[in-house]
Amino acid sequence: MNPKEEKVKIITEEFIENDEVADGRRKKTSKVQRQRGKKQTLTTGPEEMVLEKSHLGNQQDPMQEEPETHLVSMPSRQGPRSLPPIPSASRTGFAEFSMRERMREKLQAARSKAESVLLQEIPTPQPRRLRRPSEKESETEFGTESGKEVRRTQPEDDSQSYSRVKFDNSVRKIKSKPQTPPGFPSAEEAYNFFTFNFDPEPEELEEKPKAKNRERSNQEEEGEEEEPPIQEGDEEELLSGKDAEDFLLGLDQTTDDFLEVRPADYESVHVRLQMEEEALFIPSRLTVPTYRKLPENVQPRFLEDEGLYIGARPEVTCTNQNIMENRLLAQDPEKKWFGDDGRVLALPNPIKPYPTRPPVLTAGQSIKEELETLYKKAVKYIHRSQHMIGSGDPPGNFQLDIDIAGLIFTHHPCFSREHVLAAKLAQLYNQYLARQQRNKAKFLTDKLQALRHAVEFGLNPEKPHQSLDTTQKTINEYKSEIWQTRKLRDAEQEKDRTLLKTIIKVWKEMKSLREFQRFTNTPLKLVLRKEKVDQKADEEAFEAEIQAEISELLEEHTEEYEQKMEEYRTSYQHWKAWKKAQRAKKKKKKHAAEEHPDEEIEEPYPEEEPVKPIPPDPPDRPVIEQQVRERAAQSRRKPGEPVLVPELSLAGSMTPNDQCPRVEVLRREDVKRRSVYLKVLFNHKEVSRTVSRQLGADFRVHFGQIFNLQILNWPESLTLQVYETIGLSSTTLLAEVFLPIPETTVVTGRAPIEEVEFSSNQHVTLDHEGVGSGVPFSFEADGSNQLILMTSGKVSHSVAWAIGENGIPLIPPLSQQSIGFRSALKRADAISSVGTSGLADMKKLAKWAAESKLDPNDPNNAPLMQLILIATSGESYVPDFFRLEQLQQEFNFISDEELNRSKRFRLLRLRSQEVPEFRNYKQIPVYDREIMEKVFQDYEKRLRDRNVIETKDNIDAHRAIVAKYLQQVRESVINRFLIAKHHFLLADLIVEEEVPNISILGLSLFKLAEQKRPLRPRRRGRKKVTAQNLSDGDIKVLVNVIRAYDIPLWLSENLCFPSIEGAWSGGRCKFQKPSRSSRTFREKHPASPSTHSPTHSADYPLGQRENEWEAGTTPPAREQKVHDSNGLPGEEPSSVQLASSVRRHLARPTSQLSVAELASCRAYLFTVPGRALLCRAPNGDYSTASLQSVKDDVFINIFDEVMYDITEDDRERESGIHTRIERHWLGCVKIPFSTIYFQARIDGTFKINIPPVLLGYSKERHIVERGFDSGQSLSEGSYITLFITIEPQLVPGESVREKEDEKLLQATEKFRADCALKFPDRQCLTTVIDLSGKTVFVTRYLRPLNPPQELLNMYPNNAQATAELVARYVSLIPFLPDTISFAGVCDLWSTSDVWFNIQPYDSPLRINFDVTKPKLWKPFFSRSLPYPGLPSVQPEELIYQRTDKAAAAELQDRIEKILKEKIMDWRPRHLTRWNRYCTSTLRHFLPLLEKSQGEDVEDDHRAELQKQLGDYRFSGFPLHMPYSEVKPLIEAVYSTGVHNIDVPNVEFALAVYIHPYPKNVLSVWIYVASLIRNR
Amino acid sequence: MAAASPSVFLLMVNGQVESAQFPEYDDLYCKYCFVYGQDWAPTAGLEEGISQITSKSQDVRQALVWNFPIDVTFKSTNPYGWPQIVLSVYGPDVFGNDVVRGYGAVHLPFSPGRHKRTIPMFVPESTSKLQKFTSWFMGRRPEYTDPKVVAQGEGREVTRVRSQGFVTLLFNVVTKDMRKLGYDPGPADTQGVSGPCLP
Repeated sequence: MNPKEEKVKIITEEFIENDEVADGRRKKTSKVQRQRGKKQTLTTGPEEMVLEKSHLGNQQDPMQEEPETHLVSMPSRQGPRSLPPIPSASRTGFAEFSMRERMREKLQAARSKAESVLLQEIPTPQPRRLRRPSEKESETEFGTESGKEVRRTQPEDDSQSYSRVKFDNSVRKIKSKPQTPPGFPSAEEAYNFFTFNFDPEPEELEEKPKAKNRERSNQEEEGEEEEPPIQEGDEEELLSGKDAEDFLLGLDQTTDDFLEVRPADYESVHVRLQMEEEALFIPSRLTVPTYRKLPENVQPRFLEDEGLYIGARPEVTCTNQNIMENRLLAQDPEKKWFGDDGRVLALPNPIKPYPTRPPVLTAGQSIKEELETLYKKAVKYIHRSQHMIGSGDPPGNFQLDIDIAGLIFTHHPCFSREHVLAAKLAQLYNQYLARQQRNKAKFLTDKLQALRHAVEFGLNPEKPHQSLDTTQKTINEYKSEIWQTRKLRDAEQEKDRTLLKTIIKVWKEMKSLREFQRFTNTPLKLVLRKEKVDQKADEEAFEAEIQAEISELLEEHTEEYEQKMEEYRTSYQHWKAWKKAQRAKKKKKKHAAEEHPDEEIEEPYPEEEPVKPIPPDPPDRPVIEQQVRERAAQSRRKPGEPVLVPELSLAGSMTPNDQCPRVEVLRREDVKRRSVYLKVLFNHKEVSRTVSRQLGADFRVHFGQIFNLQILNWPESLTLQVYETIGLSSTTLLAEVFLPIPETTVVTGRAPIEEVEFSSNQHVTLDHEGVGSGVPFSFEADGSNQLILMTSGKVSHSVAWAIGENGIPLIPPLSQQSIGFRSALKRADAISSVGTSGLADMKKLAKWAAESKLDPNDPNNAPLMQLILIATSGESYVPDFFRLEQLQQEFNFISDEELNRSKRFRLLRLRSQEVPEFRNYKQIPVYDREIMEKVFQDYEKRLRDRNVIETKDNIDAHRAIVAKYLQQVRESVINRFLIAKHHFLLADLIVEEEVPNISILGLSLFKLAEQKRPLRPRRRGRKKVTAQNLSDGDIKVLVNVIRAYDIPLWLSENLCFPSIEGAWSGGRCKFQKPSRSSRTFREKHPASPSTHSPTHSADYPLGQRENEWEAGTTPPAREQKVHDSNGLPGEEPSSVQLASSVRRHLARPTSQLSVAELASCRAYLFTVPGRALLCRAPNGDYSTASLQSVKDDVFINIFDEVMYDITEDDRERESGIHTRIERHWLGCVKIPFSTIYFQARIDGTFKINIPPVLLGYSKERHIVERGFDSGQSLSEGSYITLFITIEPQLVPGESVREKEDEKLLQATEKFRADCALKFPDRQCLTTVIDLSGKTVFVTRYLRPLNPPQELLNMYPNNAQATAELVARYVSLIPFLPDTISFAGVCDLWSTSDVWFNIQPYDSPLRINFDVTKPKLWKPFFSRSLPYPGLPSVQPEELIYQRTDKAAAAELQDRIEKILKEKIMDWRPRHLTRWNRYCTSTLRHFLPLLEKSQGEDVEDDHRAELQKQLGDYRFSGFPLHMPYSEVKPLIEAVYSTGVHNIDVPNVEFALAVYIHPYPKNVLSVWIYVASLIRNR
Repeated sequence: MAAASPSVFLLMVNGQVESAQFPEYDDLYCKYCFVYGQDWAPTAGLEEGISQITSKSQDVRQALVWNFPIDVTFKSTNPYGWPQIVLSVYGPDVFGNDVVRGYGAVHLPFSPGRHKRTIPMFVPESTSKLQKFTSWFMGRRPEYTDPKVVAQGEGREVTRVRSQGFVTLLFNVVTKDMRKLGYDPGPADTQGVSGPCLP
């Protein structure tokens, strides 16, 4: 609390004390003594001191040293204390002196005491604040009320350290300035002067209050006991208090005299306030009345009400707004600040409720920072909106008064039968009353009268101004009106009468029931009052009415009749005409029939005979009258009959309980046990409930309660729930009653009591007279005519808005009420209220816009309004049909047409469909214009040609068909593989070590003991790579030529420089190893160290050492000179580059090596040129499917390189060497790529395909005593040992396993596993893939077939010759190298069973083919698994046709021509001359070769050639191939390199011969030779 | 004019493989490579990288920091097949064998600017308990045939993986000509989008 006040209080205390002392009230002293004693004891308690310290600080007056502060609490309790002390400057009289004396003594004593106490005390801070607040409060009160004292003490607030001097000074100034002149020190002053330390002593000042306060706190505990005596003498004390004050002031004044040192700088609060008032303007916070803000006599004008758009104003609190307005009014009275509506002009609120700028996310922010929770103060929307609405009014709550008057059950389970009838009667009676009130029948009767009058008037032509037409029209209208009204009136009258009848009937039933059950339990009583009528008048009126009706009806009928008559006449005319015609016809016919009686039958059948029209009956008056009277009798009161007026009263008496049967008594008791109450639910929340009232015997409950609901929101729903309690137990919810929310006009006092019906679906069966609810019961004794009634009733209530004190209805503002609680949301977002689909429905949207009262002028709503305007005005077409996925169009990226037209999208689609041509298309251009039309050409051509058989390339039609078929098969298989490609196995994705079995573990253990560098290293297995992960240029085919032997030798000179050329069909690179040919070379590995690279030299201890094939360790071929193959004209540059790069790499000085070295000629690699695949597989597609479909072959060509010294002049021989190198093709080995791919590696010795005739070479067999492979040295032909593999190792694709019997497949798996265990190197093929990509058992493909009869007949006696011929025939059957399209090459097969070779050797030459020996052959089918007799896929018998010889001859010519052209193409820089003579010679020679099957003709042939072409140096050879296509032939010729001779005078000879075999099997012979004329 | 109508757009990404959280492992290194669609081609920078081996920090974070820079530029004609960076983390096991500690992949960010990505990592699980043991014993844990497998959805259903740790990457992305080709990778423009305005 304010220290000032505290101090003031203390000062007054002192006064009191002094006063007491002065009055000599010694009775206190003893107490004081006691207090002191207490103080002594309590000094040790630290808490009091702390109190003082914390609160009072050091601003205590030294005067308070006095210990007698036990009355401190008095001011708070004694009223008079709060009165300001009366200034009594003049009263410092004689008494003062003695007082001072005493005072002085006291001060001294107290001071010394306090000091001594302080010395003992050690203040330990411990807050104790429990008491303080109450004290403070009292003090505050004191301080504020005694305004004078406040003012007096105000200046003293200034400094923290109060000096008594200052205080005294100020006191003197205010109070006693005119008193004792300065310079006259009183005794007291004198004393003070000498004794006081005038310097402020903060410590002491601090301490003292503590002591004082401690006392006070003590005192407070005992204050109660001590105070009563003081309070008794209230008046006295007040007086004495004043005296004491005077005394004190006087005392101060005296001290003042010495303190003139500094002049006071106190400024009166009055003065200051006055000054402030002059200088400062403090605007009021009160609301400024509108009239002040507007020019005089101007009414505020609200633009918004006039329909103009006014944006939301920026939010300013009311207070601030008021201050601002006040200020503006005061400062700038021009009032330009205010708008027409009397509010400060303001632009619409520029602040949007949502951020428009994307939040800047600093990257440094961690997630935690972004997730930091921000405290946001809860905002009450409702209250704020209220502020906005009622700016003037205090934001009050709104009130809804719900008056629940009572409840009536129209049916209740406890209803007896009589009750049921009574309820029915009451209902009917109510209905009757309601009808009576409306009296519709009377109204209609009057209307009818009026109409009749009008018609009468209309008919009388008394109105000349009306045209006849109009009148007629009006009359017609009137008439139709009359007709309608009459009908209505009749219906009404009938209803009335029926109702009356029903009432009477029910009443009769009730009466009979009462009689039957012999008691009455409803007080209902119906009285029928008869009203006498004037019989005659009544009858007249009745008759007149009937007559009028009759006449009207007659008129109507007549009209109708006229109409019908008209119709009749026309139709009759028709009929007559027809009849006439008919008769004429008949006559004619008759006539004709007489002449041609036969034709009678042909008479056309009469189309349709018109029925003779029946004339309508004329209106019959009596009939009509009859009808009218009947109807009148039914629906109307008979004339003269008294008018019956039923009156229902509750005047009847009920049978008392003791006269009722037991069941009825039980029922009545049950009713009494029941009570009902209602719950009031506001917005589905219970807000209050009525008292529980007992159900009356009449099933009425009266509540008469009014609930005042203080509400904030516009109510959403108002519901009453009816609860019924039976006895003390259960409470059941009977029904819910929904009350309508009243209109704003309905206010309390004006609201009518309304009834709302409710009904419950509860099922109740009771064991007494009560009929129950929801269960069938009957009034009849036999239980027929059952009816089921449900509990139902009516609640009478009224709901209204309350009216506030000032007469304003407490209704929520219009903006809220119009749409209710959800208005805000709805208004904001059309989608949320009508839904997305609603947006498309313009009507719905317009309706919503109207409902939500969208401001049409708000620019925010402009587009929506426009849309609605267009939609409703019908300018835009709103379909009235239902459309599925109406927004689909929005999501369509592009229209289908455009999608098809765009080349880019087409390309993208084709690629995603994995169409082969586009599967690997990269970087599809962005724009259509960048896509070349030719991109699609191939694809389109393929599509087009799918069914067209082209014969251009394939010469004969049969082949073409077959080729086409193969193509299709390949496509379908590739497609299957494409599907299979997307089917992944675990092994495709994850490399996982297999669980090691004992042998592998043992092997790995054994491995540990292995030599680090074995002398004969073995190849290690490599990691397999799935083809899908490869990219362009990843695959390399590594070829290691280990050795070759029995190479044909050049006859003339004893030199041979065989070179080997590897070729990928297309590109090639070759390596030549010049060496001196000699069979005498036996030195092993001359190993010229000079040419060895030092790193590798150590690695080749032996010539035939096998190497690791990994790229890094592939040694460059030693001493090789690479000759660039100029390549094919137009060959892909990649392969050329490759060749040159290899050459660079391998370029070494040549050195002469022996043939033996050829054996160690090794290791060159060449990469599969990516472009080489292009011709058949799509670019860069290394997927399994496309790799499998690679048809390319690896050619290993062997050449002899012959060097000719062409130095013309011997003299130059010393200075230069001029030689020409000619390469002579010796033979080739062809290995299909697919073989390499499936086998993963090829390691073996292959027979070189050497042409049967090699001119100039001898194929003499040489006995070479090579120790390492003596077996092969005896074989025929030449051999080459190769090791070929692919880098990286590719995993052959798995096929889809199906078709075969599951059991069989399992067996094959087992068989394979068994075999693989024993001979892991040997291939065991039990299943193959058929044309459709399915796996079938291999034996289905193995079947003996009959050879062509033609061949068998050729050598009827020579079985051996026949067998050879057949074998040759078989070898000529064309096949495709890719194993996909055909059954795989199996190395082991028999006729119908399958065995596995378990012999120690797997070389075919050494295999014992006696399968009956179980030691050598492991049969697949054993006793446990007998042969199931699988049907073969092969045909039973082949039918062989003779091949057309003429066609063969034609083909022969064509091939020859093509080949010649090709050779010329391959030699673009040279002239190609053809030696015709030689060609014809060769052509003659070829059939001989065919006949002898290329054997034993060489020598003769050579001799013959030599004879014929004596002066030519001749080199050439025949090629022999089975025929399938032209292309392989061309490739074969190209690979021989015949065309590479660039000697200027070279001539060529080429001859082709085709020998036809049955079934279009053709054997092709091509003889190519180059001739150089010897000079 | 190439500038007027570019035929490709460029995506330049630099940044780094910052750090990793592998609570159980230490001495790890990581490899990264990119997987991208057929219409994409790298034009500059390294497509693959292998980082140094890093040890855990000694503080409580135990972070494995590589700060291994990535800098690569792609060109493309089609956002389909947007490049993904594939990370694989390796480290020694108890016996000192180098085993894989995690695979993970994330698309390079679309929008220009600075992006930080934390990729959860996982490794393939052994198919059986026994294999798990042997693979642990032999130091030959199951690995993907190619880390790029983790960037594609095909065939994943045959594998089972275990979550391992996290790698944090930082990307700075610059694009060129994307807007010109009609692709708008920027953040959604909130201007003019009217949300529900509550009172």
